[in-house]
Amino acid sequence: MRNAFIDELTAAAEVHDNIALVVGDLGYGVVDRFSKRFPTRFFNAGVAEQNMMGLSAGLASEGFHVFVYSIANFPTFRCAEQIRNDVDYHELPVTVVAVGGGLAYGNLGYSHHAVQDFALMRSMPNMLIAAPGDPMEVRGCMRYLINNPQPSYLRLGKAGEKCIHASVPVVSPGKWLTVRQGKNQYGTYLSTGATLELIDQIRIDGSNQANLSHYSMPLWSMKSKQLQPAQIEMFEEIFTVEDHLIDGGFGSWLLEASSQRPDLLLKIKINALGEQVCGLVGTQATLNKVGGLSPDALSSPK
Amino acid sequence: MSDYYKLPNIGLPDMNMDTIDLASLIRRSALNMVHRAKASHIGSALSIVDILAVLYGRVMAVDPQDPQYEQRDRFILSKGHACVAVYATLAELGFFSKEMLNTYGADYSSLMHHISHKVPGVEFSTGALGHGLPFGVGKAIAAKTRGEAWRTFVLLSDGEMDEGANWESLMFASHHRLTQLTAIIDYNKLQSLDTVANTLALEPLFDKLKAFNIEVNEIDGHNHEELYDALIETGTNRPRAIIAHTVKGKGVSFMENKVEWHYKTPNDDQLFAAINQLGKSSA
Repeated sequence: MRNAFIDELTAAAEVHDNIALVVGDLGYGVVDRFSKRFPTRFFNAGVAEQNMMGLSAGLASEGFHVFVYSIANFPTFRCAEQIRNDVDYHELPVTVVAVGGGLAYGNLGYSHHAVQDFALMRSMPNMLIAAPGDPMEVRGCMRYLINNPQPSYLRLGKAGEKCIHASVPVVSPGKWLTVRQGKNQYGTYLSTGATLELIDQIRIDGSNQANLSHYSMPLWSMKSKQLQPAQIEMFEEIFTVEDHLIDGGFGSWLLEASSQRPDLLLKIKINALGEQVCGLVGTQATLNKVGGLSPDALSSPK
Repeated sequence: MSDYYKLPNIGLPDMNMDTIDLASLIRRSALNMVHRAKASHIGSALSIVDILAVLYGRVMAVDPQDPQYEQRDRFILSKGHACVAVYATLAELGFFSKEMLNTYGADYSSLMHHISHKVPGVEFSTGALGHGLPFGVGKAIAAKTRGEAWRTFVLLSDGEMDEGANWESLMFASHHRLTQLTAIIDYNKLQSLDTVANTLALEPLFDKLKAFNIEVNEIDGHNHEELYDALIETGTNRPRAIIAHTVKGKGVSFMENKVEWHYKTPNDDQLFAAINQLGKSSA
């Protein structure tokens, strides 16, 4: 995903001379393509995230669309107030980019587990969350963000993710993106972020749940909650899937979006990480399984 | 440097007015606003009035008729709680009507108790400390990257220097030789509960800034000539910091150097007494 990201960013920077990249001393082997091509629009802020986010807001206030790249919780929690006050409140075009969303850095320990980031970022009124599930969705999200610069949070996995979509999808905030149509329209998975691939494995395994449809929502925000009831109405059951704690996550967001419609609330079943995963160390697959997310668990979803 | 048209300092609308008079008018408005709104932070506001009077009256290129003029100098109040002084300055310069000052703190007013970017002439909202300098660094990089000559001034409080983000910013500004950035530290020696010295010792501030490779000036923050000389200069090949020694509550004898005026609102009698003193001690 990170390679698709830097591809799109570098291509866009050829066309838009206001695109800048700020990194927090991370991105070895990834960001050099941009920094070599556009040295005057690349800044390594060092290991100083508060200043990194503040100066990115300052740059954005002068017309730059700034991408701020770092790992896991460093560009979010470490500088949460700068994002809240400087970026989101001033509605500045800063895209916070975190590599290692969810448990992608499972072995690196709790400091590197980004499983509460949605909760933080979605509480900001102007923030658009971009949680692509495969490299194609990364490209789709990047194209949307480049054309619609705004406070935004791009949550990436690592590298080497499989492409689920055959081509770059057109994505739009709050719109469910078709991944596959099941045999009936009774129920569907609705995933955000890297769990796209987990659900795809269920199809390969040929389980009963392969009859379910699968939609992905790579772009969502406080403002796009209003688009949800009409889409929820299409199904009897919706199984949300996310590699984030259930608290303050994507499924919770969908429930909030339906809070005025009790008839819709019962349709939504959340599949998210349980708190038992916090503090454990292991591969992404192991930790996702411990947390309650695995193709097996999802093939007979709650 | 690209060709640019540097906006001349438009200065004071009334050519017979000088920055001393301007400072006096700002103090009067600030006191009235805080009194009317029953608000806090008058001590912090009075402390920076002379800095603002000289900056806006003589130094910065700004155009009240065109607050967003591209080549304007940028000013950021990082100690956002002292906003009444800035609102009053902007109104005196003509960015908006002085009548608008009467809405300070009222329901739905854009003049809230911490500085707001929704007010004409204000670049950035603050209120949480340690945000102004990083933001100003971003602006200074933008100017440098584009080869534009406008300057960025950030006014910070001394207590605010407790925030680590400022020191992150100073490292960055100095590393990137942001000569168009000037940080002004309002060194009134008092913070929220106690003196700066008793809270987290800031000294030796001059040496600390020097050690960060910042060009430092140490001046009397109420002396308009010293302020002018320090503010008009740009850094030679480094960013600049001005340590402005000030008095919290400056200009109103019973408010000077008193921690309590970080919070208290003047009552009717105190307002009357304070206004009566203006012009006598503010110079």
